[in-house]
Amino acid sequence: MLQINDLTVAYSNVPVFKDLSVKFAPGKITGIIGPNGAGKSTLIKGALGLVRHSGQTTLDGVGVNRVRQKIAYVEQRAALDLTFPISVFEVVLTGTYGKLGLFKSPGREEKEAARNALKQVNLLEFEHRQIGELSGGQLQRVFVARAIVQQADVVILDEPFVGIDMKSEEEIMNVLRGWRDDGKSIIVVHHDLNKVAAYFDDLLIMNHGIIAHGPVATVYTQENIQQAFSADLSAVLFNKMAGA
Amino acid sequence: MASIVEFMHALGHYNFLQSALIAAIMVGIMSGIIGSFIILRGMSLMGDAISHSVLPGVAVAYMLGVNLLIGATVFGVIAALLIGFVAANSKLKNDTAIGIVFSAFFALGFILISMAESSTNLHHILFGNVLAVSDKDLVSTVVVLAIVILFVVILFKELQITSFDEVFAKSYGLNTSIIHYGLMIILTLVTVSALQTVGIILIVAMLITPAATAFLWTNRLVYMLVLSSTIGAVASIIGLYLSYTMNWASGPAIVLVAAIIFLLSFIIAPKQGFITKLGVKNVKED
Repeated sequence: MLQINDLTVAYSNVPVFKDLSVKFAPGKITGIIGPNGAGKSTLIKGALGLVRHSGQTTLDGVGVNRVRQKIAYVEQRAALDLTFPISVFEVVLTGTYGKLGLFKSPGREEKEAARNALKQVNLLEFEHRQIGELSGGQLQRVFVARAIVQQADVVILDEPFVGIDMKSEEEIMNVLRGWRDDGKSIIVVHHDLNKVAAYFDDLLIMNHGIIAHGPVATVYTQENIQQAFSADLSAVLFNKMAGA
Repeated sequence: MASIVEFMHALGHYNFLQSALIAAIMVGIMSGIIGSFIILRGMSLMGDAISHSVLPGVAVAYMLGVNLLIGATVFGVIAALLIGFVAANSKLKNDTAIGIVFSAFFALGFILISMAESSTNLHHILFGNVLAVSDKDLVSTVVVLAIVILFVVILFKELQITSFDEVFAKSYGLNTSIIHYGLMIILTLVTVSALQTVGIILIVAMLITPAATAFLWTNRLVYMLVLSSTIGAVASIIGLYLSYTMNWASGPAIVLVAAIIFLLSFIIAPKQGFITKLGVKNVKED
């Protein structure tokens, strides 16, 4: 179980959230939703120790720094240099680097794992392509394939469905569901409220702190969405649902 | 202008010319390798900064009579740490921090060198004096080349992933700062080796130009490293030939040759070349 305890993250002394504590259960896909700037990505980065923070994150009681190989993180794609001289296959292979440790090069077993992962997201035929030659959806599948190779117990994805085609979105969801059924904890930062009920088992609704956390059926309510987003948005969403 | 035959003849006869050629080739290779990582990490300005910042180290080492490599490394690393510290602890952006630190170091080095020696020597440090490469220099250049190759071979996957996706590297627990500062140390060693062939001012060109040229030709990192170091070596050989026969300073001659190779590649290389883009434009207009 991934557990975040009393996490506080501040950017230039303005706290994004304070003393936030939350647990993510295994065997569940948890969606983190909230308006822009609510601190969704920051929660993930703080928990993984990628930004300055106070508080502690543990996986099955062990500090996150000591079990990094058990956590796979698929970052938002925007920041990467897509002209970098690296092929699709090589990107997926980097998923083995954490377990290999320093000095060791990937061998036959690692390369086999990378090819299998590419096969799983239907991209094996693209293995020799330079990554800049892929569409947004294909690229996101490559990073999901890298997470497959990592064989982690917890997989965290930050806005994986932004700017990608439906086919890729479905294929990625299939991988996530497979992971969930294997008992992994899947955490997805997400912005599209329409798909919430179809995609997630649990929801963490936040806006500079936790508004609600629990099974979608109980926490995805007009009241909670109104509190996190706006009265207008929640009215539109829930009236539409009631009408349909 | 002496013909190539005469140059070859001179090479056979003069020890100093042989040493110059070997040193220039080795420097071309090592700066091509390290330069590839510098440009892929978006650190061209940092490469320029570190190479300029070693100047006070060279002066102090000269005054104390210790190996230049030691003095240069100490100051190169201090500069890299200072730049990181200023950028992390102020609202200033990284390039601003780089500008402040390296100009200050360069100024300090300039004054220290003037205090320590005559201006002729300063001129050689700034622009290179490849024809005065001693056997001792040659040995230390071989050592640095070996260190560079070992560093890249042993830490290839770490250099690759921190250059491509640093956040991912951090997320699986790699200490990316160690890789960064390791690269900075290697960069200072390369800088000192290149002092004599191209001089401090133009070292950045040897780091960036061959690597950028190679980048235009290939999508594979390994090929880029090999091609970049080959271009660095070829530019060094042709530059040295021009320097010897036309009586030009070796640094500017080598750098100009590298720039011409880049220009040709910019026009004809398939990946991002000029002609390809023109072709695409024409197709669109049709």
